[in-house]
Amino acid sequence: MILKKKELNREFKNFTINFGPQHPAAHGVLRLILELDGEIIERADPHIGLLHRGTEKLIEHKTYLQALPYFDRLDYVSMMAQEHTYSLAVEKLAGVKIPRRAQVIRVLFAEITRILNHLLAVGCHAMDVGAMTPFLWAFEEREKLMEFYERVSGARMHAAYIRPGGVSMDLPLGLLDDLYIFADQFNYRLDEIEEMLTNNRIWKERLIDIGIVSSKKAIDWGFSGVMLRGSGLPWDLRKTQSYEIYSELDFSIPVGSGGDCYDRYLVRVEEMRQSLRIIQQVIAIIPEGPIKTSNYKLNPPSRTEMKTSMEAMIHHFKFYTEGIVLPAGETYTATEAPKGEFGVYLVSNNTEKPYRCKIKAPGFGHLQALNEMSKGHMIADVVTIIGTQDIVFGEVDR
Amino acid sequence: MKFKKFKDVKNFIPFLVYQEYKDESIIVVSYDKLLFSLKCLKSHIGLQYNLLSCISGVDFLSNKYRFSVVYDLLSLTYNSRIRVKAFVNEITPVPSIINIFINADWWEREIWDLYGIYFDKHPDLRRILTDYGFEGHPMRKDFPLSGFVELRYDNIKRRIVVEPIELAQEFRSFTLETPW
Repeated sequence: MILKKKELNREFKNFTINFGPQHPAAHGVLRLILELDGEIIERADPHIGLLHRGTEKLIEHKTYLQALPYFDRLDYVSMMAQEHTYSLAVEKLAGVKIPRRAQVIRVLFAEITRILNHLLAVGCHAMDVGAMTPFLWAFEEREKLMEFYERVSGARMHAAYIRPGGVSMDLPLGLLDDLYIFADQFNYRLDEIEEMLTNNRIWKERLIDIGIVSSKKAIDWGFSGVMLRGSGLPWDLRKTQSYEIYSELDFSIPVGSGGDCYDRYLVRVEEMRQSLRIIQQVIAIIPEGPIKTSNYKLNPPSRTEMKTSMEAMIHHFKFYTEGIVLPAGETYTATEAPKGEFGVYLVSNNTEKPYRCKIKAPGFGHLQALNEMSKGHMIADVVTIIGTQDIVFGEVDR
Repeated sequence: MKFKKFKDVKNFIPFLVYQEYKDESIIVVSYDKLLFSLKCLKSHIGLQYNLLSCISGVDFLSNKYRFSVVYDLLSLTYNSRIRVKAFVNEITPVPSIINIFINADWWEREIWDLYGIYFDKHPDLRRILTDYGFEGHPMRKDFPLSGFVELRYDNIKRRIVVEPIELAQEFRSFTLETPW
């Protein structure tokens, strides 16, 4: 029997490869199953959960203050932003206002954190695409900023500095002077990085028209932060639902027009310049005053008071054994973290431990859309798209 | 944000309870009216809650309807947030809202994985955060903090083995029952 070629039933299955969990461009632990047709991607299926540490369950077994360092370790490149959201959520449930100096210091460090994050995002994105040098320049700037973190809290990265009730310790002398010197030279550093990338033919070819997201699709997929602003929607929680002292500061929000990776890169660089502007304004307006609330239900009293007053002694004892007791209630507090809208849904039940603390990470929502964003592109473009979504697995997996 | 359109909500959406906590609005609906309520909240011209921020699950172990599925919605045009809650027990499936909000996909998979709440008509409901052969739903309140199994690399078998957990000291939780 002779089989004619046209009688053979051919069934095509897509070539599946594993963009494995250990890959220098996979930004952490991401297992991407890619179904390819040649080199064009038909379907991308991200498998996450390789960095799942059970943060939410652990928080349910700790007091409110013990749960604070978990938030540093969620998005481990922009640490204080998550602490800030958690502290705002706890203060909202407690119904406590914090002093002005604490608010100004929080805004200062939130903007330093934003610069830290965007330096890593742009630097690592550039390295994934192929440009090695901006990565090293960006990390040198990060070192200078981490020195500020260390002077104020003692830890370079995971500073449990922004706490419910204010800030843990006051700024040391000389910090604001050094910040001013840093802010002076930072614009030139940014110019150097931009000179390397922005008008570079290769960079533009790799980034323009890749991962285009229209504004309708961005809303449908639940994007937030730079992903929304790159697609043309001027939505920034610091302006629309402002918290702390953002309503008094003068800064603008960069908005992209095309929704592709190049627009998002330009938005991030411009956001860094705007953050620098905010830092310069904050250095000028920072007032004198206390840095923690005087409400002893949220903060322990100072040691001199503890040693002299009986009530302060009792508050100190209760605070360090039992912890803060919050009345029953729930809140969803969201702030503009550098990666997007970071939300904390906190349910309390009149005890010293949170009953449920759900963490809404912006990276989780962005990674869902990876399949749709990378259809029709090539494998190298997947790397570009993961970099532009600014994915950090600490917050995606929790 | 203060929810100023309460009277519109009252006319269209069959909610059970409406609460306002500080400046947040919360609606409780029954799970069979969920699809209709969310579609209404998304497409009504005066409400336009078109961005789904987050879906969470909460476990109230002592209630008859044990789990609560919480949807946080955001309206960009009116700059307001609203929370929609539905209470279910362990065996009732909740309708999947993936046809209304496409980003509900991974959020519902996460709640299935961690709580065991089944979402009806979800195209691809599989585990997302736990390990590949994991049994159980870890975020439930009756699942212990340290779990039931531990993993280690066995040099003889040359692979990872799963064994029942052995702790040298149990997890001590300090709850002070007497206030003083």
